[in-house]
Amino acid sequence: MMSPRTETTLRIVAPIAVGAIVLGAWQFLVSVVGVSDYLLPSPASIVEELIASWDSIVSATIITGTNALIGLIVGSLLGIALAALAARWRVVDQMSAPVIASLAVVPIVALAPVLNSMFGADSQFGRQAIAAIASFVPVFVNTLRGFRQTTPVHRELMRAYAATPGQVLRTLTLPTARPFILTGIRIASSLAVISALVAEYFGGPRGGLGSLISTSAASSAYARAWAYVVASIALGLLFYLVTLALERLVLRTRTTAGITRTITSSTSSTGTSSTTSTTVSH
Amino acid sequence: MSAPENAAAPDNAAAPETPATAAAATAAATAAPTAVEVTAVDKVFETRGGQVHALEGIDLTVAAGEFVSLIGPSGCGKSTLMRLIADLDAPTAGAITVFGKTPAQARLDQEYGIAFQQAGLLPWRTVAANVALPLELHGAASADRKAKVEQLLDMVGLADFADRYPDQLSGGMQQRVAIARSLAEQPRLLLMDEPFGALDEMTREKMQSDLVRISAETGAAVVFVTHSIPEAVFLSDRVVVMSPRPGRIREIVPMRLGSAAGSAVGVAQATTVPSTGGAARAARTDGLREDRSFFEMVTAVREALHGAPVTTGARGVETR
Repeated sequence: MMSPRTETTLRIVAPIAVGAIVLGAWQFLVSVVGVSDYLLPSPASIVEELIASWDSIVSATIITGTNALIGLIVGSLLGIALAALAARWRVVDQMSAPVIASLAVVPIVALAPVLNSMFGADSQFGRQAIAAIASFVPVFVNTLRGFRQTTPVHRELMRAYAATPGQVLRTLTLPTARPFILTGIRIASSLAVISALVAEYFGGPRGGLGSLISTSAASSAYARAWAYVVASIALGLLFYLVTLALERLVLRTRTTAGITRTITSSTSSTGTSSTTSTTVSH
Repeated sequence: MSAPENAAAPDNAAAPETPATAAAATAAATAAPTAVEVTAVDKVFETRGGQVHALEGIDLTVAAGEFVSLIGPSGCGKSTLMRLIADLDAPTAGAITVFGKTPAQARLDQEYGIAFQQAGLLPWRTVAANVALPLELHGAASADRKAKVEQLLDMVGLADFADRYPDQLSGGMQQRVAIARSLAEQPRLLLMDEPFGALDEMTREKMQSDLVRISAETGAAVVFVTHSIPEAVFLSDRVVVMSPRPGRIREIVPMRLGSAAGSAVGVAQATTVPSTGGAARAARTDGLREDRSFFEMVTAVREALHGAPVTTGARGVETR
């Protein structure tokens, strides 16, 4: 058996080693084997471009990140609110089910040009709306699930206490749903970044990561395009890690075995839906 | 700082917390000697397979301060009867009053405390916050709440565990927290649905002794659902034996146990506690479990449960 410390070290060292090996092989292919720099820029040249166009990369990341963040916040709030209504009234749930299903499969590729022309070429609103739609679905699905996790014994206890609907929501339903809501937001965070970025390919104001990737690629500046891709990955990871930290922070007070288990199960079950929408948005 | 001290002082005197509740309790003791009155109650459940007669022709009166157990095989409707009293379900026919009110009004007025087979603690709240839940929901001031919770946790022997979370406690400890919570608002009636059902025998006996002591201390009437004969005998003033399909009351067996049996009603106690049970119950200890009268009562309940036509009732009287 490994000691916990060895295990932790291994968990950090192993992915770094894998990354180093991949980058090394990549550099080797380009500079020794002689794969054309035109086809595959070397890691070194990408880093060079990253340093050279640092300012524009930072400002592009801020533009795309802002769109994704606004979309994530609005989409999450709408998702939680509508899930609360759907949990409360079965009719709302039944009415919204087909709408949610449609939203889950809506292709961003198709929606982006429409929204961009709707709100004008100089508005970021279309992109934010797309990020919001993409974030809404996982938050709604998870939150609704969370709202349905209250156990009969807790509900009867609340009834015996003659608690008002507001009190039940505050003391029982919301705390029960909390881990589910946070999982939904964590899944939505990656989707928000991807959708905000992809939406930039279809018109609207320039300056975001997505539009710069397409411009660079169009002008054959492949190393620069790759540098923007690296920035997009960093942005996506940032969103994911921040929401993960938020989840840990809120649940830190009590990560019971039970709660951890439900998070895991909900992640795996919603994994399907997130993969679907990710595929769609590409 | 002064609030907890003030609150702690009357506790030592075993008196109610505030003048308001004291007045209410006195009024209740004189005006409403019955805690629960069940008259000709039927309960029919509509299921996919047709109608299920859960209860039929139930008549039962529980005096204030009296400990009554409902016992019977699965499906005899004992839990259903308790749920009707708690207004978690409504009877199909007949009437129920709780301290002279409808069950719904009694629930709204928080006349009863309740404990289920599962402890039903909120896992994200500490032990103290769980006990404080009903007080919080009903708007008790935070200082009063703190003092009350301290006193309750002391009573169930969990004062050192106030800041723990439910998953850090054993099943027996969780159940004790649930009982403390059910006592938080000093209800005059406690409804308990097999609260010790999931516990091992050792913990169970300890909890029973605790409950006997607590119910005697608080003077609350208790309706206690169980399927354990020794448990019902040890705890109760009267054991209501029920039979299934449809759920009916087969027999009500009054408990006469130990030296407290029969005549032992303290004269002084009789004036304060309407039922004789409180005083008699307070004297019940673990030793009673090996007492001859205990076994006789177990036999009496068992025979009532199985419907055996033996003359145990008479024998029980003779021995005493």
